[in-house]
Amino acid sequence: MLGNLFANYYEAVSIILFGIGFTTLLLNRNMIKKIMGLNIMDTAIYLFLAAKGYIYGRKVPIVSGTVPEPENYINPIPSGLVLTGIVVSVSVTAVMLSLTIRLYRRYKTLDIDEITRLVKEEK
Amino acid sequence: MKPRSDYEHSLWRRLVRFVDGETLEDVEKRAEELQEKSAKSQVEADIRSEQILEEEEDEEDKDNREEKENRKRELEKAHEKEAAAMLEKYKNWPKEHGVKIFGRLYAVMAVVLCLIIIVTLLVTVSYLPEFGQPDNPNNNEVVRRYNADGLEETGATNAVAGMILDYRAFDTLGESHVLFVAACCVMILLRLELTKDGKPTDKKRASEENDRLYEPKNDKILQGSAKILVPVIILFGIYVILNGHLSPGGGFSGGAIIGAGLILYLNAFGFEKTTRIMNRKNYAVISVVPLLFYAMAKGYSFFTGANHLESGIPKGTPGAILSAGLILPLNICVGIVVACTMYNFYTLFRKGGM
Repeated sequence: MLGNLFANYYEAVSIILFGIGFTTLLLNRNMIKKIMGLNIMDTAIYLFLAAKGYIYGRKVPIVSGTVPEPENYINPIPSGLVLTGIVVSVSVTAVMLSLTIRLYRRYKTLDIDEITRLVKEEK
Repeated sequence: MKPRSDYEHSLWRRLVRFVDGETLEDVEKRAEELQEKSAKSQVEADIRSEQILEEEEDEEDKDNREEKENRKRELEKAHEKEAAAMLEKYKNWPKEHGVKIFGRLYAVMAVVLCLIIIVTLLVTVSYLPEFGQPDNPNNNEVVRRYNADGLEETGATNAVAGMILDYRAFDTLGESHVLFVAACCVMILLRLELTKDGKPTDKKRASEENDRLYEPKNDKILQGSAKILVPVIILFGIYVILNGHLSPGGGFSGGAIIGAGLILYLNAFGFEKTTRIMNRKNYAVISVVPLLFYAMAKGYSFFTGANHLESGIPKGTPGAILSAGLILPLNICVGIVVACTMYNFYTLFRKGGM
């Protein structure tokens, strides 16, 4: 059952990191900490993708001479996907943080339960 | 958190009742019992006070009777108050304790859920093919083609740059737009507008005053190091962008480096210096024009590629700086968009606009 778990230790670590991020997201009431948890989850995904693309003993897929040696290069696709992921996570984090700033300006707190209570009181 | 008025009918209460093996009638009966008990104790107290009164009546004068009556009334009132308080307590129990218990249960359930997810995913990982083997299913013919024919087809020695800006350029266009839309959203949320005659509003003035409190005022160390570092950082960013198709790097990383350099310059010398290059009008132009150019260029190459036409864009010799067709200009566009967006994010978060 534990077949490749120890051979795939990069993936295993990224899964544990993902779990840590998800727990942070669920357990903290502070919005900033929630955003941090989401970013930890993002990082775990990058680690997972980068680990999927690696092949033992091979180099980055950059042609050094004039003739490409496809047998010497790692998988370039996960690198591209990680790039996309980083950009999207930067954008999402910026939007989340600006929404948090707006909420803070209005309710003077970052506690999500407190904000929910204040919103209900306002109605 | 505000508890619901029909708390006894909620899913959670129904579950608890199910677990405890009681029905709604039981709970109502308990509430009635509680009320009866309080009423009974009141009656008892009344009897007791009457007894006291009778005992005292014999000994004392009739003049004091009125006073006693008053005392009796007060006692009655106190009992009523007590009963009402008990009922209130019973009604408020979910408000005071329910939320606390729910919070604890929520935390426990969250940890359990996360553990379940981690264990499930770890089991999945143990079934994944072994790490780093060349014959894994994800190293399929697409990868072989990118690695073997990428240089010939795209002209870029960096296979990742060739992939994201040629084979999958549509994806990267979407990415740049995501960044642009995010910048627009942050602007909508955080920008402090000027009034119609171009003067700053009270809010903007307040935030600027607040900003000036924390801004380092002509810090010699910061300014000195910024004078040395900023040109090097921006030059390095330009190098990373221009060599995106030859070496590790490209528009996104180079743009982020240039953005960091601009932010350092802003921190050292203040808004007065940077707004000469990066004001709102310039920002609008230099972030929209690259995106438009990107979309036009890719539209052209998709059109010609799909119709099997010669695009007429020279590939150049691989390894030279002017090679790889459209990749170099597209990298420059992406770099400009990213640098502007980073800088814009910073100014918006700091004081609501440039």
